[in-house]
Amino acid sequence: MTDLTAETAEGAQEIRPRSETSDVVRALEQGAVLRGVSHADVDVEVTGDETMIINMGPQHPSTHGVLRLMLELDGETVLRCKPVIGYLHTGMEKQGEDLTYLQGPTNVTRMDYASPLNNELVFSMAVEALLEVEVPERAQWIRTLMSELQRMASHLLFLATNGMDLGAISMMIYGFRDRENVLAFFEKVTGLRMNHNYIRPGGVAADLPDGWRDDVLKLCDYLPPRLDEYDELLTGQPIWRERTQGIGVITTEQALALSATGPILRSTGFPWDLRRRAPYLRYDQLDFDVVVGSYGDTFDRYAIRLNEVRESIRIVRQIVDRMPPGDYRLQDKKVTPPPRARIDESMEALIHHFKIFTEGFKVPEGEAYVAIESPRGELGCYLVSDGSARPYRVHIRAPSFVNLQTLPHLMRGGLVADAVAVISSVDPIMGEVDR
Amino acid sequence: MTDQDVPTAEETAVEEPALIHGAPSSLSRGQLVVHVDRAAYMQVISALRDDGYAFCSDLTAVDYLLAPDRPVPAGVHPERFEVVVALLSMADAKRVRVRAQVPEHEPMLPTLFNIFPGTEAMEREVYDLFGIVFDGHPDLTRILMPDDWEGHPLRKDYPIGRIPVQFKEAPGPR
Repeated sequence: MTDLTAETAEGAQEIRPRSETSDVVRALEQGAVLRGVSHADVDVEVTGDETMIINMGPQHPSTHGVLRLMLELDGETVLRCKPVIGYLHTGMEKQGEDLTYLQGPTNVTRMDYASPLNNELVFSMAVEALLEVEVPERAQWIRTLMSELQRMASHLLFLATNGMDLGAISMMIYGFRDRENVLAFFEKVTGLRMNHNYIRPGGVAADLPDGWRDDVLKLCDYLPPRLDEYDELLTGQPIWRERTQGIGVITTEQALALSATGPILRSTGFPWDLRRRAPYLRYDQLDFDVVVGSYGDTFDRYAIRLNEVRESIRIVRQIVDRMPPGDYRLQDKKVTPPPRARIDESMEALIHHFKIFTEGFKVPEGEAYVAIESPRGELGCYLVSDGSARPYRVHIRAPSFVNLQTLPHLMRGGLVADAVAVISSVDPIMGEVDR
Repeated sequence: MTDQDVPTAEETAVEEPALIHGAPSSLSRGQLVVHVDRAAYMQVISALRDDGYAFCSDLTAVDYLLAPDRPVPAGVHPERFEVVVALLSMADAKRVRVRAQVPEHEPMLPTLFNIFPGTEAMEREVYDLFGIVFDGHPDLTRILMPDDWEGHPLRKDYPIGRIPVQFKEAPGPR
């Protein structure tokens, strides 16, 4: 008989008994994140006799993968909460240093597996910033289109899992069903449902297929009635409201102090969206609203994501009208492989193709940080190049990783039964958290 | 390779190092970068925060073991490690990056936790993967690797592909 507790222990990474925890940490878990609050000012003394430390996850159906939470409970009330992460750590940033710039998107696309195109996009944009090249107009618009469709797919997945976590099983089935429609379009364009490796440095891998307009417009017609259905199924439901309103509240100041972005920050009424405030791609030419909440609770975060799908549909319709003709990738011989037809007739083109895919292209020495608005918040990529064909350092600023820090603050004082609702409303993707 | 290096080197040479809060700055691909050493780290970041860069969007590190002669502006002594802090001013959506030089013999920096509580997990990650200690951090433990892991994987002298996966209590290959 082996001691399971000892075998699975993570030592100091776990939540420790009160007597072993420093004042600063306890103050932090009491919400003392705001600047100017001295740790001595916060009353951290709770009688420790009646509390209980319990473990939730990493294998738990509502922890969205392998998130492990340790909760200190006083009866049914959560006092402290600590996420223990790293169960999905696969060293992708280290791996990225060993792959060429052209192989890079294949690697980063597996981080946030619910919105892979955004990862490819931010990596490609960072490489392009280092190369100081501008991708052609059509490529920019294709990227904008794919990135908005990705937001829809990701938020539909959120609606599905959020519904499931709160017991609305039919919502799970509807959400997955509708997301599959978006993924079917991705499969048509990129060849894969997920982990596409479609957006690459210099443009995109292939042009949009014939008839893409009809597919996208069909999607835009299909989704709005479904979203209205969700409104009926969930938004107006008294049970749904009871379970989400006033649960997991965070203020703007707390969210900003904790570097939280995306729907968590917007749910507090702070209209921060990089698409609007620091436009990339062609968002500056598109008309859309930034959806904000007002209470910073679980319901606001749900409503924001639901309405962001509607905004994305609006954006996608505009893109369909405005998609320009032209090249879908940069015609720079240093970065782009030659067209397929040229390889059959020219030996030089074959060599060129071979060189680009084996050695890769060299990127001038330097470093750059590029950030985009992923469905979960600010997705950043910090790239350092030493002048060779492989990045010297790849760092992805994963929004889920940073947003997870808000969990202890959202949970504090709530019921343990609401813990699942709160985790779900943060929408962490563990592949991105652990990288 | 050499003909690609030339424009970058020229770019850094021509540029006059404008001082930001007493620290030399440069432009990297149009992005503002402030270079500090350990002594000026806290003071420059606090000053930048007071300037309106009140949101810390990212904190990471780079191990420059294999590229010690990278271009840095005059007045900056390159060290093995660099901690890179990305700050954001939400009022005008401007970004500034602080590159702090951290020496190999004493990889230590003061923590930013007290001014940016959101750096808590990021500093733990840098400690875990680079072994850089953040003085004053409330809970400096490993975050991604197991607690009993040896070494810091993102260091350049940490090899890839040769270490067997560590299973607790399983007999090792050696």
